Amino acid sequence: MTTISESSKKLDMALSKDRARVLKSLVLSDKLFSFATRAAAYAVLVLLAGIIISLIIGAWPAMKAFGFEFLVTRRWAPQLEPEPVLGALAPIYGTLVSSFIAMLIAVPFGLGIAIFLTELCPHSIRRPIRLSIELLAGIPSIIYGMWGFFVLGPFLANYIEPSIVAAVANIPVLNSIFSGEMVSNLSLFNASLILAIMILPFITAIAVDVFSTVPPVLKEAAYGIGCTTWEVVNNVVLPFTRVGVVGGVMLALGRALGETMAVTFIIGNSFKISGSIFAPSTTISAAIASEFAESEGLHQSALILLGLLLFVLTFIVLASARFMLMRLEKRAGA
Amino acid sequence: MASYAARRRYSTFIMGLCLTATGIGVVWLFLILFSLLVNGIPGLTFAVFTEMTPPPGEHGGGLLNAIFGSLLMTIIGVGIGAPIGILAGTYLAEYGRHSKITPVIRFINDILLSAPSIIIGLFVYGAVVVPMRSFSAVAGSIALAVIVIPVVVRTTEDMLLLVPNTLREAASALGLPRSFVIRRVAYRAARAGLITGVLLAVARVGGETAPLLFTVLSNQFWSVNLVKPMANLPVTINNFINNPDANWKQLAWTGALLITAAVLSLNITARFFGASKDGR
Repeated sequence: MTTISESSKKLDMALSKDRARVLKSLVLSDKLFSFATRAAAYAVLVLLAGIIISLIIGAWPAMKAFGFEFLVTRRWAPQLEPEPVLGALAPIYGTLVSSFIAMLIAVPFGLGIAIFLTELCPHSIRRPIRLSIELLAGIPSIIYGMWGFFVLGPFLANYIEPSIVAAVANIPVLNSIFSGEMVSNLSLFNASLILAIMILPFITAIAVDVFSTVPPVLKEAAYGIGCTTWEVVNNVVLPFTRVGVVGGVMLALGRALGETMAVTFIIGNSFKISGSIFAPSTTISAAIASEFAESEGLHQSALILLGLLLFVLTFIVLASARFMLMRLEKRAGA
Repeated sequence: MASYAARRRYSTFIMGLCLTATGIGVVWLFLILFSLLVNGIPGLTFAVFTEMTPPPGEHGGGLLNAIFGSLLMTIIGVGIGAPIGILAGTYLAEYGRHSKITPVIRFINDILLSAPSIIIGLFVYGAVVVPMRSFSAVAGSIALAVIVIPVVVRTTEDMLLLVPNTLREAASALGLPRSFVIRRVAYRAARAGLITGVLLAVARVGGETAPLLFTVLSNQFWSVNLVKPMANLPVTINNFINNPDANWKQLAWTGALLITAAVLSLNITARFFGASKDGR
């Protein structure tokens, strides 16, 4: 009897020692894990700071050399002796105009598709349609570039653009926007069209998501008083989701502004500001992609400064997009 | 007010436009895939997977070094990025759920998620290539990792937030420490979602070209040296496609077909993973 109780006492002590050891190691691994997750989360912040700081350091020589002039100079002559003349106006113009045209095309299409998918589409084909549009977002940018360069560009330049040019030849203003002097495979408009295809899945996906946050009761009430499908969309769905739609559009704009490879292939990389959208142009990202590897000194610094401008621009656009989407989420949660 | 018939007609008209938009929206994927197949399949021989990229003006050759380089850099990039992303996502969804810094990190992460990839290239050029004084596969992998992190953070957080709190409470009630609750219970419940996130990240970086252009450059030869330029599929395509050499152009189309096939099948696989989770 005594031996048993004594040994069980020993066992207990051994156990509690083990227990203490195990608990200690548990506490340690618990702390380590918690620390690791926290460190990784802060790493995201460090990453952003790192990007901004490294861009500023790289862009500093160009900022010192050109100052504010950089933003308003049209000329881009990196080889000029003794001092290169570098101005950002042409790439900034190309970036803004190509993204603007892309939005002009993609937003109505994206919203139209989203309306079709949420209001009209039979359930059985909804998924395949969504899939074939959302997979567009998965295709790498360089593939769009190749396709635009070899397939879409020649098609537009041979069949579509000459007839547009001919149609508006006698209409003032329009005939300079759609000027036919330089219709070629490489143009601002071709790049915009490719951009529009690339951002279509983003607009569609977000629009479908926000459209499905509309409470069915609201739509049913509108149908109940005799509204047509379009009236329901126009008077109930769109007003209810306006903030979210604008947020999604801004998100897509952020993508379009920074899109690189596809645009580099088809915009023509010409640092000239032309009134015609059928003329070659360039964008910030295309300029960096095509010139950075062979650049040095002030030229390279100027390209980094362009990158910094692009980052600031997309940051503002994306940040306002997120704010709008967050507002919608808050309302949906409330 | 217009008559009911007129309103009906107007509505039908607009809905017809929506239908047309959908029709036009759907064709692009097939047009692009069609071009890739038509131009890529003729060059799709066994040699593509067994031989190195040829010098200009020669016949034959393949993409072995480029395919290998792409795979290696993607694996390293995801190998660095995914763990960091999962840990950071875990912090946002678990430890820091009510912390004040969490919305800030989430916001910054969302911005990084959509930041232009060429900017990531510039960042890695300044932060890695310049100090190392050489273009290198390491720099390319780091650039890819920077792109992977926000993707994985986002999906990890979303998936962990879907795990019901009752599971965590039950595990805590058994006396499990917090980290065990997360690793043994929450991770397991969210496993399909976490895998989806990593697959999507692989698909995202698999075809990335812009951040590689001036971090790894490319290489005409077989190289496994991580601190030297390394051949990779996207940059090889970029260099070959704009060359008059017919053989190079053919290889570029075939490479493009391979990349697209790989990326799209990853995307579809990831969707199936995600969908099977929803179905349960």
